[in-house]
Amino acid sequence: MKQNGDVRIGFYICHCGTNIAGVIDVDRVRDYAASLPGVAVARDYKYMCSDPGQDLLRQDIAEHGLNRIVVASCSPLLHEKTFRGAAEDGGLNPYFVQMVNIREHGSWVHEDGEYMTGKAMDMSRAAILRVQVHEALERKRVPINPAVLVVGGGIAGIHAALTMADAGKHVYLVEREATIGGHMAQFDKTFPTLDCAACILTPKMTAVKAHPNITLWTYSEIDKTEGFIGNYTVTVKRKPRYVREDLCVGCMECIEACVYKSAKIPDAFNMGLSKRKPVYIPFPQAVPPVPVLDPENCLHLKNGTCKDFCVEACGDRDAIDFTQEAEYIDIDVGTIVLATGFDTFDPARIPYYGYGKYPNVYTSLELERLVNASGPTGGDVRLPDGRIPERVAIVHCVGSRDEHYQRWCSRVCCMYSLKLAHLVKEKTGGEVYNFYIDMRAPGKSMEEFYNRVSTEGVHLVRGRVADIAPESLEPPSNGRIGRVVVQAEDTLIGRIRKIPVDMVILSVGMQPQEDAENIRRMFNISCSTGGFFLERHPKLAPVSTFTDGVFLAGTCQGPKDIPDTVAQAGAAASEALALIDRGYYELEPNTAYVLEEQCSGCKSCIQQCPYTAISFDAEKSKASINEALCKGCGTCVASCPSASIRQHLFEDEEIFREIHGLLAYA
Amino acid sequence: MNMQQPNSGEDAAWRPRIVAFFCNWCTYTAADLAGVSRMKYAPNTRIVRVMCSGRIDPQFVLDAFRHGADGVLIGGCHPGDCHYSEGNYKALRRYHLLRRLLADMGVAEQRFRLEWISASEGDKVKSVIDQMVAQLQELGPLDLPGRRADWDAELGENGEDDLTAGIAAEAAEEVSHV
Ligand SMILES: Cc1cc2nc3c(=O)[nH]c(=O)nc-3n(C[C@H](O)[C@H](O)[C@H](O)COP(=O)(O)OP(=O)(O)OC[C@H]3O[C@@H](n4cnc5c(N)ncnc54)[C@H](O)[C@@H]3O)c2cc1C
Ligand code: FES
Repeated sequence: MKQNGDVRIGFYICHCGTNIAGVIDVDRVRDYAASLPGVAVARDYKYMCSDPGQDLLRQDIAEHGLNRIVVASCSPLLHEKTFRGAAEDGGLNPYFVQMVNIREHGSWVHEDGEYMTGKAMDMSRAAILRVQVHEALERKRVPINPAVLVVGGGIAGIHAALTMADAGKHVYLVEREATIGGHMAQFDKTFPTLDCAACILTPKMTAVKAHPNITLWTYSEIDKTEGFIGNYTVTVKRKPRYVREDLCVGCMECIEACVYKSAKIPDAFNMGLSKRKPVYIPFPQAVPPVPVLDPENCLHLKNGTCKDFCVEACGDRDAIDFTQEAEYIDIDVGTIVLATGFDTFDPARIPYYGYGKYPNVYTSLELERLVNASGPTGGDVRLPDGRIPERVAIVHCVGSRDEHYQRWCSRVCCMYSLKLAHLVKEKTGGEVYNFYIDMRAPGKSMEEFYNRVSTEGVHLVRGRVADIAPESLEPPSNGRIGRVVVQAEDTLIGRIRKIPVDMVILSVGMQPQEDAENIRRMFNISCSTGGFFLERHPKLAPVSTFTDGVFLAGTCQGPKDIPDTVAQAGAAASEALALIDRGYYELEPNTAYVLEEQCSGCKSCIQQCPYTAISFDAEKSKASINEALCKGCGTCVASCPSASIRQHLFEDEEIFREIHGLLAYA
Repeated sequence: MNMQQPNSGEDAAWRPRIVAFFCNWCTYTAADLAGVSRMKYAPNTRIVRVMCSGRIDPQFVLDAFRHGADGVLIGGCHPGDCHYSEGNYKALRRYHLLRRLLADMGVAEQRFRLEWISASEGDKVKSVIDQMVAQLQELGPLDLPGRRADWDAELGENGEDDLTAGIAAEAAEEVSHV
């Protein structure tokens, strides 16, 4: 590599307010850097990333003829783009910039200022040595296929799909259930406005179905994903529903006609609180309005012994097809929005809450179905013995904010618990007790909603519930379901309270989907500590991921309510649209290349490459790298026995210099 | 080059220095997360960012020891999670061979470590580094540059013949076929 005799480095150390300067003696680091060979200018500045900070670079490039820049500040993952951009504005090739991460890897994690100042010098020296041998590089452009894939058809996926389809892009919406709608479709009313969920959701669901730019595939899953930003090939598995969507008109006569005279199978949409037949539709407004045949219970599919009344009822529409098999379809898309939503915490994991043991202990999601006018009881809140409960307890934070289960606050439970309190009180006229730890009501109109419900006569008890137990050990003789006693320490009066109730509602928290880990792998993204998908930056890139072209919408990224979910879905859609409308994406020029004269043709690199970017040129007897396929991992570079494969931006010499700089012996 | 400036290895009582090679997507991000979460941990590590643990050439490790590192830490994504599918498996294979080689060179096994640390495991960055620093503190300096000088003196050779460098380079040549 060339030795640059005429290197002129500008070194900049950022105070980051007191974030860096509070620990590291920036003056000493600056003076030390100034003493190193090649450094023409060394400065410190309060906020390097600010406009005046960036201007410093531009001015110095012009005034001092700088041709290399080192910025000692925060993580390159945060601001490398910023400083490369500033250098480029100043007329320099952006790859002549190197950053030194003295904040995330320095002042924020180490308190010993004296030691950290010395270490910041070491780190700066490494960067100064490295940048000397940097080379000018060109960014490569890849075209972006304008089609988009949205995975998950909850309110997040629906909103993102509609936004992009309205902008004229083709959207594939893949939902694994038989209908879109997600959790929101199960609710009756939504906080804080108490507007009817179906009234705001169903028009959007039908709009998806009717949109000419949306291909909706329900009852489908992602089987495989290949490729990279701009050019993904995704294999979608369409599970057999045994009813042909192209022929079915949604008359539901097959359901009517089914040989099962009564419904016998627990209905998952109603949380098992009602029964369905083997041929069914999840709920009346399902989109698409096409029934599904459940192969585990359908007599024809199970053992071929059915009289097939459904086929008869369908008549010449001929939509029922027992021979349907799973279909695999490949689609090409440029960007992907993940909107796979959340799951609810399983309260059976907390044995002392008695869920699954006492028939009058419900989850909040079950209650959502009970209070729903189109739910299993037509909107009546009734116990399994048919009675209307007179006293109801609502237990907040079930599974949330708990070291043993989920450490996080699920953010929506306080508000939906108040919503349920309001609805239960309205429907039963009984006494409602809400047991809460803290009442969390941030966000627009939420505190007002809390005030409203708290003046409606709901009893708010501040205390975490410690136990739920039967009131009496003898079961009531009249076939009724016995009361349970809810015990908690009321921290406002400092007393243990034991309140007997007819019904308990457990406000279960939000957790990642069971298959989140799988989806994460498939799309090559990361998860946060709790298992929700990890955003690229918690504040500045909340809907992007570390995989370019893959965006996040809704609760798959973390607990949130519907307004925030929709806002985020819109943000994810516009990030994808921004990429699509630009038409191309610029890749980091960190690809590998072969030095042909040195390559001995040993082929050991070829099987190292996960992208089959390396082939063997038999004529020349040399390895050859297809730059368009190379993703820049550098694995082949490390494996080449004759050092004849190199990697731009991560050249051996650059890394050796970094090591030497870090360790230079005094 | 002017290297006669004070650095953190001097003056103060001896403190081990670790060179860490972290992959961009998981472990480097985890170290950033530790920063954002203001976790406090031993300051003895100096991190070199590479795109993938698969990029880590055995020579980088040997070179770090040769230039005075007391320990070398490799951090990559968990198995199955590599941003480039399988670079970390390649790193693992090289790691096993390198460990044997370093053992033969008399480098204690605690001085060379490989850890899978995902982007969400800021706390693991802290615990691994704290633990490794404690172990190195106990082992004392490796001081390969000093030892090299002693060996050279013993052999009566002039400084030009770079013994460990020779070994390192040869060794690297061998293991880099993995
Ligand atoms: C009991 C309860 C009451 C609530 N009440 C309110 C309220 O009143 N007001 C309010 O603002 N918020 C409320 N919320 C919060 C609200 O439910 C969420 O904000 C909202 O549903 C999130 O939408 P989503 O699209 O992100 O996720 P989801 O609604 O979970 O939708 C995700 C969709 O993706 C599909 N999917 C998942 N994995 C895959 C896969 N691998 N492949 C294909 N498809 C997949 C799912 O089948 C589902 O259709 C409540 C939550 C609970 C638990
Ligand atoms: S990207 Fe982390 S190990 Fe490959």
